[in-house]
Amino acid sequence: MVRTTKGMLGGIIARRPIAATGALGWLFTIDHKRIGILYGVTAFILFLVGGIEALLIRLQLSSANADLISPELYNQLFTMHGTTMIFMVIMPMSAAFFNFIVPLMIGARDVAFPRLNAFSYWTFLFGAILMNVSFLAGGAPAVGWFAYSPLTSIQFSIGSGVDFWILGLQVLGIASLAAGFNFIVTIVNMRAPGMSMMRLPIFIWMTLVVNFLIILAFPIITVALILLLFDRQFGTTFFEVTSGGDPLLWQHLFWAFGHPEVYILILPAMGIVSEVIPVFSKKPIFGYSTMVLAGILIGFMGWGVWSHHMFTVGLGPTANAAFSLTTMFIAVPTGIKIFNWLGTMWGGSISFTTPMLFAIGFIAMFTIGGMSGVMHAVAPSDFQQSDTYFIVAHIHYVLFGGALFGVFSGIYYWWPKITGKILNEMLGKISFWLFFIGMNLTFFPMHFVGLDGMPRRIYTYSEGMGWDLWNAVSTVGVFVISLGILVFIQNVLHTSRKGKQAGPDPWDGRTLEWSISSPPPEYNFVEIPNVEGRDAFWIQKYSEGLDGKPTRIVEETTPIKTHSDHHDIHLPSPSYYPVLVALGVTLIAVGLLSHLFFSVFGGVLAFVSVLGWALEPPTAPAEDGDHRAGAY
Amino acid sequence: MVRLPSLRICCIVSFLVVAVLLVACNPSSPQSTFDAAGPVAREQLRLFWIIFWAAMIVFALVMSIMIYSMIRFRRRSSDDIPKQVHGNTALEVVWTVAPIILLIGIGIITVRTLFALDQPPSSDPLRVEIWAHQWWFEAAYPDYSITTANEIYIPVNRDVSVKLMSNDVLHSFWVPKLAGKTDVVPGRVNQQWFRADEEGVFFGQCAEFCGTAHALMKLQVIAVPEPEFNLWLDQQRLPAIIPTDFASTGAAVFNTKGCIVCHSVGGPDSNEIRESRSQSFLAGQMVSHAPNLTHFGSRNVFAGAILKVNEENLKKWLKDPEDLKPGNRMSSLAGAFNDPILQLTNSDIDALAAYLLSLK
Repeated sequence: MVRTTKGMLGGIIARRPIAATGALGWLFTIDHKRIGILYGVTAFILFLVGGIEALLIRLQLSSANADLISPELYNQLFTMHGTTMIFMVIMPMSAAFFNFIVPLMIGARDVAFPRLNAFSYWTFLFGAILMNVSFLAGGAPAVGWFAYSPLTSIQFSIGSGVDFWILGLQVLGIASLAAGFNFIVTIVNMRAPGMSMMRLPIFIWMTLVVNFLIILAFPIITVALILLLFDRQFGTTFFEVTSGGDPLLWQHLFWAFGHPEVYILILPAMGIVSEVIPVFSKKPIFGYSTMVLAGILIGFMGWGVWSHHMFTVGLGPTANAAFSLTTMFIAVPTGIKIFNWLGTMWGGSISFTTPMLFAIGFIAMFTIGGMSGVMHAVAPSDFQQSDTYFIVAHIHYVLFGGALFGVFSGIYYWWPKITGKILNEMLGKISFWLFFIGMNLTFFPMHFVGLDGMPRRIYTYSEGMGWDLWNAVSTVGVFVISLGILVFIQNVLHTSRKGKQAGPDPWDGRTLEWSISSPPPEYNFVEIPNVEGRDAFWIQKYSEGLDGKPTRIVEETTPIKTHSDHHDIHLPSPSYYPVLVALGVTLIAVGLLSHLFFSVFGGVLAFVSVLGWALEPPTAPAEDGDHRAGAY
Repeated sequence: MVRLPSLRICCIVSFLVVAVLLVACNPSSPQSTFDAAGPVAREQLRLFWIIFWAAMIVFALVMSIMIYSMIRFRRRSSDDIPKQVHGNTALEVVWTVAPIILLIGIGIITVRTLFALDQPPSSDPLRVEIWAHQWWFEAAYPDYSITTANEIYIPVNRDVSVKLMSNDVLHSFWVPKLAGKTDVVPGRVNQQWFRADEEGVFFGQCAEFCGTAHALMKLQVIAVPEPEFNLWLDQQRLPAIIPTDFASTGAAVFNTKGCIVCHSVGGPDSNEIRESRSQSFLAGQMVSHAPNLTHFGSRNVFAGAILKVNEENLKKWLKDPEDLKPGNRMSSLAGAFNDPILQLTNSDIDALAAYLLSLK
C-alpha cells in the first residue's frame, strides 16, 4: 500500500508538510486522531454544561417548596439536561473513541472517509451550539427530551424553543449519520491484513453494532422531526387530534428511534469495558464469540421493545404483554456480557488502576440499572413506576453508572495513548471514588422517592409528601459528583504539566494501538501490521504454552519502529470543505429559525462546498515555504 | 493469601443492605406505592416484590462473584501472568439458560397479571369520566349528572371504572395507593379501574409532563361508605343555591367580570360546553374550559388540589393566582386578570369569596 503512492504523488506530499500547527490546522484537519480529540474536548465541555443544568435542577428539588428557579426555567433545564447528555455528551464521547481508537485498533492509517469524518465533527459542534443558543433566544425547549406531542404543537409551545430543539437535533442527526456510515465502512473495509471479523477487538465489534443502530435509528427520528416541524411551521396535522392526527404516532416514532438509541449510548461503554477488563486482569476476554454475539443480539432485540416506554398509554394487555416479554429477554444477552466480564476477571491477575476501577464500577452500577430495568419490563409493576423518580434512578444507573463510567474508564485507559502522558493514578482514584459515592448518593435515593410516589419532571413538591429527606441526600450527592469532576480536571491540568511519559505500552496492552508510540504519529503505523490472531499485539509479545501459561517472547519492549523517512506514506491532505459544508447545513437550519435569507445562503454555501469537496484533488498541490496555509 | 471475609460477615452485611432498602421507602408517604389500599395496587405491589427478590438474589450473586474475584485474584506481583483462559462453553450455556428460565417464570406471572387486571371484576362498577386539563382534573359522573373537580368521591368496596379523556395535551391519571397510572391521551378514551378496600383520602397527581404547572396538577380520591356516598350524590345533584345577602353581590361580580365565560355554576357541564370552550382555546381565544363551581363550597380542595377550600386561600387565589400556581390558564386568559376594566377590586374579591363558599 505504501509502495503504491509513488512517483509524483509521493513527491507532492514530500514537499508539503501538512499544516499541523495553529488553529487553522485544527479547523481543516481530517486526521482521525485530531478529530477524535476535538470530539472529546467538545463533549466534555458540554458535559459540564449538562452537569450545571443538573446541579440547578437538584438545587431546586433539594427541599420542599423551594423557590430557586421558575417552573418555566426548570422545564427548560430538564429538557436540555436530557437532550445535552444524550446527544451532545455520551454520543460524541463515544464518537471521540471511535475516531481515535478504531483505526488504531484495526491497523489502519485513518477512517475510510476522512473528510466526511471532519464534516461529522463540525456538524455536531454547530448543532450543539444551535441547540444551546435557544437559551438566549427567548427560551430553550421546555417539553422534555422526548418532546411528546401535542405539548410540542404551536398552541401549547408558542416560543421558538421547540423549533430550536427540532432543528438542533436534525443537525446533530446529520452528524451522527455521516459518522455512522463512515465507521461501518472503516471497520468493514480498512482492517489490516489478517484482522478477520472474528479477530476484531470487542470494542470494534460494539462500535460496528452501534453505528448500524445509528444509521437505522436516526432516519426514524429525522422523519418524526420533519413531521413535527411541518405541523409547527406549515400547519400540517400529523399529530393534531382535531384534524384526525394522532399524538401516539409521535410516541411510536420517537421510541422506535429512542430505544435503539439507548443501546447506541451503552454499547460503546460495554465495548470499552471489554477492552479494559482483560488488560488489567491479564487475561483474554472470556467467551469472545458469545460476547460478540450478545452485542449483536442486543442490537437486534433493541428494535422490538420500544413500546415498553408506552406501557401506560393504553395499548391494551396484549401489546403490553408482548413488549413485556421482548424487553425481559434483552436481559439474557446483557446478563451474558456481565457474566463474561466476571469470567474474565476470574483467575486473572487484577490490578486496580483507575480505568479498571471505572470498569468494575460499571459492572456493579450497570447491574443495578439492569435489575431495575427488568422491574420496568414487568408492565403491571411499571404502571406504578413509569414516569416516577424510580425511572430517573434507573436511567442514571444505566447512563451515568453505565455509559459514563465506561467513557471515563476509556478516558483513563487511552489517555496515555492520546496524549503520551499517563494520568495521575492517585488523583484518578480519588475522582473515581468521588464519582462512585456521589452517583450512588444522588441516584439510589431516587428509587425510594419514586416508589413513594414522586413523579418525574415536577419543579416542586409540597411538604408532607415524605420526599424531603431523600431529595436532600440526592442534592448532596450531586456536589460529591461535582467534586469528582473537579478532581478529574485538576488531574488533566496536573498531568499536562508534570505527568510522566507513558511510553508506547504502559498497561501491557493487548490490542494494536499499544504497538505504536504515544501519541501515535500522524500516519499511525509505519507498516500496516499483519494480524495473526485475537489480541493482535499481545500475541506478538507473549507465546502461549500448552498449559495456557504465556511467556514473554522478548524481555524488553520491542523498540517502536520510527520512520525517519515517512514521505512515502500517503495521507490525504486537510480540506476546507468539511467545515464549510457543515456551516452551510447549519445555516439552513438557522434560517428556518430566523430569516430565510440564512437558509438560502446556507444552501448555496453547502452546495458550492460539496462541489469543491467533490472536485478538489486528493492531495495538496505543491507549494513552498510561505504559501503552506493557503495551499491545501 | 489474604483471608476472605467470613460467610457470617457477608450475611450480616447483605442483611443490613436489604434492611436499609426496606426501611428507606416510606409507606406513610401520601402517595406511597407500598401502602396499597385496593386490589389493583396490591397485585401490582405483589408483582413488584416478586421481581424485587429475584433481582436481589441475582444482584447478590453477581456482586459476590465480582467481589470474590477482586480479592482472590488481585495482582500480587507484576510478573504474575495467569493462564490465558479463553472461555468455557458449559459455563456460558449455564449463564444463558438460567436467566431464560427465570425470565420465563417472571414472564408468565406478568402476562397473567396483565390480563387479570385489565377489566373490573364487577359487571356494575361506578362509572366516572375523568377529563384531564392543563392543570387540573375534572370528574364527571355520567349516571348522576354531576361535574366536579380535583376530588373524586367513591364508595368503598365498589369497583370504579374511570374513562380518561383530554382535550389539550397528554396527562396521566395516577392515584398510587389505588392503582398504577394510565395516560390520558387526546383523541382516545383510556380506561382504568380500581377499588378502595378502606375509607380514606387517597392522593394522586398527574404523572405525564404536561407543561408549566405539571407539578401542581393533583387530585384526591375520597373513599367513603356507601350511605355517605349516596348522601354526597344527592347533595351534588341539587340545583345551585340561590345566593343571598353579600353572596349575591359576589354572584353579580361573577357575571360582570367574566368568570362565567369559563366556569359553570348552574349544574353539570355537558360535553358540548366542554368541547366548545376547548375549541375556542385552541383557536386562540381568551377562553378555556374551567372547573365547574356549582357546588364549589362543598369541596375540600381547589386549584388542582393544591389549596384547601377556605376563605383565606380563596382570597389569595383570586388576588394573584399566578403567584400560587404559575402558568395557570386563569391568570393568562381571564379578563379579571388581564383586562384593566375587568380587574377585581378588594371588595369584588371579598364578595366573590363569600359567593363561592356559599355554593354548597
